[in-house]
Amino acid sequence: MNANMRLDNLNKKKFDFIRVLKKLLLKNVVVVTFIIMGLIGFKISGLSVVFLCSDIISRITRNYILILSLMIPVVAGMGMNFAIVLGSMAAQTAIITVTHWGITGLPGFLLCAILSTPLAIFLGFLTGKLFNKTKGKEMIAGLILGFFADGVYNLIFIVLLGTVIPMKNKELILSQGRGLRNTIDLYRIKYAIDNILEWSLPLTAIILATLALIIIMIYVIYNYSRAKNYNSKRNEKQDLTLYKFIKENTGQKLMLYSIIAVVAIAWGIVMMKSNSLINFIKVPIITLLCITAMCLFNLFILKTKIGQDFRAVGQNANIAKVAGINVNKIRITAIIISTVIAAWGQLFFLQNLGTLNTYGSHKQTGMFSIAALLVGGASIEKATVNQALLGGVLFHILFIVSPLAGRNLFGDAQIGEYFRASIVYGVIGLALAMHAWERMRK
Amino acid sequence: MYKKIIQTLNNFGFPRMIITLFLTILLITSSALGISLLPLISVMLVRVGMSAIFVLAMVPSIACGIGLNFGLSLGIICGIIGALISIELNLAGFPALFIAIMIAVPLAAIIGYGFGALLNKVKGSEMAVSTYMGFSAVSLACIGWLILPLKSPKMVWPIGKGLRVTISLYGGLSKVLNNFLSIRIGSLTIPTGLLLFVLIMGGITWLFLRSKTGIAMKTVGANPLFAVASGLNVDKYRILGASLSTILSAIGIIVYAQSLGLLQLYGAPMYMGFAAVAGILIGGATVNKVLISQVFIGTFLFQSMLVVSLPVANKIMNIPDLAEIARVITSNGVILYALTKIKENA
Repeated sequence: MNANMRLDNLNKKKFDFIRVLKKLLLKNVVVVTFIIMGLIGFKISGLSVVFLCSDIISRITRNYILILSLMIPVVAGMGMNFAIVLGSMAAQTAIITVTHWGITGLPGFLLCAILSTPLAIFLGFLTGKLFNKTKGKEMIAGLILGFFADGVYNLIFIVLLGTVIPMKNKELILSQGRGLRNTIDLYRIKYAIDNILEWSLPLTAIILATLALIIIMIYVIYNYSRAKNYNSKRNEKQDLTLYKFIKENTGQKLMLYSIIAVVAIAWGIVMMKSNSLINFIKVPIITLLCITAMCLFNLFILKTKIGQDFRAVGQNANIAKVAGINVNKIRITAIIISTVIAAWGQLFFLQNLGTLNTYGSHKQTGMFSIAALLVGGASIEKATVNQALLGGVLFHILFIVSPLAGRNLFGDAQIGEYFRASIVYGVIGLALAMHAWERMRK
Repeated sequence: MYKKIIQTLNNFGFPRMIITLFLTILLITSSALGISLLPLISVMLVRVGMSAIFVLAMVPSIACGIGLNFGLSLGIICGIIGALISIELNLAGFPALFIAIMIAVPLAAIIGYGFGALLNKVKGSEMAVSTYMGFSAVSLACIGWLILPLKSPKMVWPIGKGLRVTISLYGGLSKVLNNFLSIRIGSLTIPTGLLLFVLIMGGITWLFLRSKTGIAMKTVGANPLFAVASGLNVDKYRILGASLSTILSAIGIIVYAQSLGLLQLYGAPMYMGFAAVAGILIGGATVNKVLISQVFIGTFLFQSMLVVSLPVANKIMNIPDLAEIARVITSNGVILYALTKIKENA
C-alpha cells in the first residue's frame, strides 16, 4: 500500500515534470522560436562567436535604456509606448544645441542630459494628454503621433532653422544658410560615457561574478542568522540545516546564480590566461552601471506609492478611479517618465554611435525597441527587466546575422534585410493581435 | 443662433473646415503670386483621379465596422502583382489594364478574406493590428520582388537579381485611362477616361451600399448588437467589407500607376494607406460613418492642397521640402484628431 502510493507519487511527479516543461515551452514560444531562428541564422552566416559577442555587447549597451523606457507605460496599462520617438527627438534637439555651443566630452554629455529633460517632460505631458483622449487606442495613436511629430521636427530643423530661428554655424547648417545637415559628426561627445572606464570581457565577468557571489553570501548569512534568531526565540527545535534552506525556492535560485558566477569566474580566468580574441572585447563599465541603475529604478518605482498607482490603473482603471486615484494624472506621469528615460536612452545611443542622422536617427527607435522587448517574451500587459535583456540579445543576434545569412543562402544580403524588417513588423503585429484576441475572449 | 452656427460647423467637420480654409488661402496666394491656375487644375484633376480609388477603398471598411483600413498595402501588393504580370505578358493599352485588374481582383479577394477573418479575431484593435499587418506584408513582398521568376527586361535589373525599384510603364499600362477621351482646352487638360473610371467605381460602390447585402453590411457596422438580433452574421459581413476594401485598393494601385507612368515597388506601398485614411477623414467621414460623396470631397480637398502648396511654397520661401512637410503634418494631424473623437461618436 505504502509502496504503491509512493510509486503513484513518483509517477505523478514525472508526469508533472513533462507537463511543466511543455507549459514552459508553450508559454515562451516566442523566445524559443527566436532562439532557434538566431542559432540557424548564426550557423548560416558563418560569423565567429567573438565577433558576434563583441557586436552584441556594443549594441545592447547602446540600446538597452531605450528598451527600458517602455516598461512603465506597460505597467500602467497603456501598452507599448510608440511615442518614445518624441523622447528621441528631445535628445537630438539637446545634442544639436550642445554641438552648436561646442561643449565637449563628459560635460557636453551631461549638459545634453540636462537640456533634454525639460523638453522630454513637456513632450511627454502632451503625449499623455493625447493618450487620455484616445484611451484603448494608445498604440495606434502613439504611432501616428510619432509620424506627426516627425513632420513638426522636420519643419523646425529644415525650414525654420536659419530663417525664423537665427543660427549661424558652418558645421551644422547647410551652405544655403537654412536647415541642418543630414548627418552631424558628434566627435565632441562620442564615447563620452563609454570611454570613462573600459574592461575586457573576461575581466568584467570575473569582477561582476565576484561581486554577485559576495552579495549572495551576505544575503544568505543575513537570512540564516535572522531565521536562527527567530527560531531560538520561539524555543523550537532547530531544524535549520543549510540543506533545508536550499530546498526553498529562493535558495534554489541563489544556488543557480552562484554556480553561474563560479563558472563565469573560472571562464574569465582561463580566458585571461589564454591569448584568445575575447580579451579584445571591451565592455563600457560606466554605461553598464547606468543601465543597472535604470533597471533598479524601474524595479524600485513599482514599490513606491506611485508605482502601486501605476499597477492599479493598469489592472483596472475603473476600480482605480473608485479607489480615489486620479487615473488621467497617473497615466500622464507614466508617459512623462517613459519619455524622459527614452530621451536619455537616445543620448546613450548617440554617444556610442558617434554620428547623428539628423532626420532619421529617431525614426526607428520606437519600432525597434518595442520589437526587441516583445521578442524577449514580453506582452502588451506585462514586461520585465529580464525580458528586455533577453529580447535585446535575441533581437540583435537576428539583426546582425540575417543580412549575412541572406547572402549565404540566396546570394543576396537584401533578402536577409527584408526578412529582418518583416520579422520586426510581424512580431509587433502578432503581439498586438494576440493581445486583442485575448481581450476579446475575456 | 450661436448654437446653430456651432451645430453647422460640427456637421461640416473640423478637419474639413481647416483644410478648406487652408486651400482657399493657398489659392488666393497663388493667384496673387501670379501662378497660372489652369495647369494647376490639370495636375489637380489627375491627382484626384489617381488617389480617389484608394480613398474609396475606405468606404466598405468603415461601413462594415472595421474602421479605417490602415492595411491598404495588402491590396496594393495584389494590384502590383497584377500589373507585373501584365508587363510580363508584354501587353499594352486596354488589354494590359484589363488583364492586370482581372488578375489582381481575385487575388485581393482571397487576401482580403484572410485579412477580414483575422480582424474578426481582434475586434476593437483593428487599426493597430492592420497597420502592422500591412507593414509586415510590404516587407515580405520585398523578398518576393527579389525572387519572383519574372523575366521581362522592362522590369528586372540588367545585372544582378530581382525587380527594379521603379518600373517604367511606358508603352504598356502608362496613361491608358488618362489619355482615353482626354480633352485639351488651352493649357487645361481633362483626363476624361480617368475621371470616368473613378466615377464608375464610385457609382458601383454607391449602388452596392444600397443593395440588400450593402444595407446589411451597413447595419453590421452601425450597430453589431442590433445586427445579431436581426439574424445577420456579423463576422461574415465584416469579412465582406475587408475583402471589398482590399479589392478596391488593388484596383487603386493599378489606376495610380498607369497615371504616374511608373510602378513603384519595395518600400513605396508602406505609407500609401495613410494618405487615403487622411483623405477620407478630410472629406468629413468619421471612424464609423461614411458617405460616397465624402470620398470625392476629401480627395479633392487633400490633393488640391498638396498640388497648390508646392508652387506656393517654392515661390514664397524657395523651400521645396515645405510642401512634403505640410503633407506629413496635415495628414497625420487629421488622423490623430479623428482618433481623439472615437469615444464621442461611439
